[in-house]
Amino acid sequence: MTLKTEPITVNIGPQHPSTHGVFRLRVAFDGEVIQDVEPVFGYLHRGSEKLAEERTYTQVVTLTDRLDYVAPMTSNQAYVLAVERLMGIEAPERGQYIRVMMAELMRIASHLMMIGFFLQDMGAFGTPLMYTFREREDILDLFEMVCGARITVTYMRVGGVQADLPPEFTPALERFLAKIPGQIDDLEQLLSGNEILIARTKNVGLLSAEAAINGSVTGPALRASGVDWDLRKSDPYEIYDQLEFDVPIGENGDNYDRFVLRLEEMRQSVRIVRQCKEQMPGGPHRLELPMLLRPPAGDAYGRVEAPKGELGFYLVSDGSIAPYRCAIRSPSFINLTVLRDMLIGWKLADMVTIFGSLDVNMGEVDR
Amino acid sequence: MYGEGILKGMAVTLKHLFKKPVTVQYPEERAPMFPRFRGYEFVWYEDRCTGCASCAKYCPLGTIRIETETEPDPNVGDRYGLKVFDIDTGRCMFCGLCVEACPYDALFMGTGFERATYTRPSMVVHIDELRAAKKKPSAYARPHLHGINFEDETSLSSEEAGR
Repeated sequence: MTLKTEPITVNIGPQHPSTHGVFRLRVAFDGEVIQDVEPVFGYLHRGSEKLAEERTYTQVVTLTDRLDYVAPMTSNQAYVLAVERLMGIEAPERGQYIRVMMAELMRIASHLMMIGFFLQDMGAFGTPLMYTFREREDILDLFEMVCGARITVTYMRVGGVQADLPPEFTPALERFLAKIPGQIDDLEQLLSGNEILIARTKNVGLLSAEAAINGSVTGPALRASGVDWDLRKSDPYEIYDQLEFDVPIGENGDNYDRFVLRLEEMRQSVRIVRQCKEQMPGGPHRLELPMLLRPPAGDAYGRVEAPKGELGFYLVSDGSIAPYRCAIRSPSFINLTVLRDMLIGWKLADMVTIFGSLDVNMGEVDR
Repeated sequence: MYGEGILKGMAVTLKHLFKKPVTVQYPEERAPMFPRFRGYEFVWYEDRCTGCASCAKYCPLGTIRIETETEPDPNVGDRYGLKVFDIDTGRCMFCGLCVEACPYDALFMGTGFERATYTRPSMVVHIDELRAAKKKPSAYARPHLHGINFEDETSLSSEEAGR
């Protein structure tokens, strides 16, 4: 006689520690195997797009800090690029170099966070996370030195950056650049050869290149599937066309590829920061612009390669001091669309790791 | 070989065992703040302030409340007298736009960071508190203040702080 079984629906989140924020999943289980997934989000909705319509163009920069709170510098950059395109201006070269340097430091910090939490989800409790946080702290110290805050930076302005680099910045950056490659190697050595980690990540959570493209996935999750698409190379903005770096590509699109690809991306970011430091030109860091900007009526789309994928701001101006419409294309939100296909057929314990490997930030998903 | 990865990982943890800790024992030790730190206790110089309310206008959250009156001294013609200058730091997000907007170097970010209080109304900094507070301005948006070391008793006068 066979037992009659029914799928069990389990609610995971929104206060579940593994969901990296207030994310909720309604999962139908057949025993331990996932049959169906329904993501539920919106718990962190703050209405950033609507708030932007009532703020002046300079004030909106403060809102972009709070989108992806793990990588505020890149959010700043995407927004100011959109406004600059709207106004038809370009930041001075030194300002662009500083922006790119900050964005790459931010990418290292964001990937460090992702790796720490990913390994924590895998069961390596505490140790890797403490290491990555220690290294991230050095980057946040650099930010505090430059702009006075660690997370809510509000550093970039339309037409450049808020302030020039302080004199104590360069020695501190050199100290940081001297030790970070060794720390990334340590991080790789710590667990990437571990049998348990390999068993739980290799060929788990496969995302084919076709499915990734169909789901508009961008960023490391797309590149791990073997698609060579990085806005820094494909659509170079600011000074990326003057810099030398490689875009690492994965093969299988599994958890392991997404994890190792981020380690490699951090090494490339270190290369970029080093080049920026050496090539840093003199001159002004910011255009002389009034605090109240009045871009001509029209629309513009500015996008950057954020640590999590393509982050874009679509701005519509009616010629007044505030944007008429500010739409945000956030990578975390769109990367979530493939989550259901990636999870079906895997077990409950794999759910946490697959979700963690996508590196989703809820502040950006709900906006 | 089975267990090789674990041995490699353990080598890293063993190496860290002999390193100096990076943490700071906070209440006893204090990490130094950077000169540009955007901190608590706004620094405001009444004699430099003209009551133009640029700071209030540029604040994204509207946390600064200013009420002006006619300047009582008839010899002064280029400024307003100030009746109210309240900063609601409970809602402030320390973005620093007010300081950047001030054209007369009258408002500065502070350098403190211990701002816990028991009630919300006590987070509103009133004009008398701003007048009486020790002036330890941060170098945020004021590069000429870079490199000043603040001891416990230092208080910068308005001539020293201005450009």
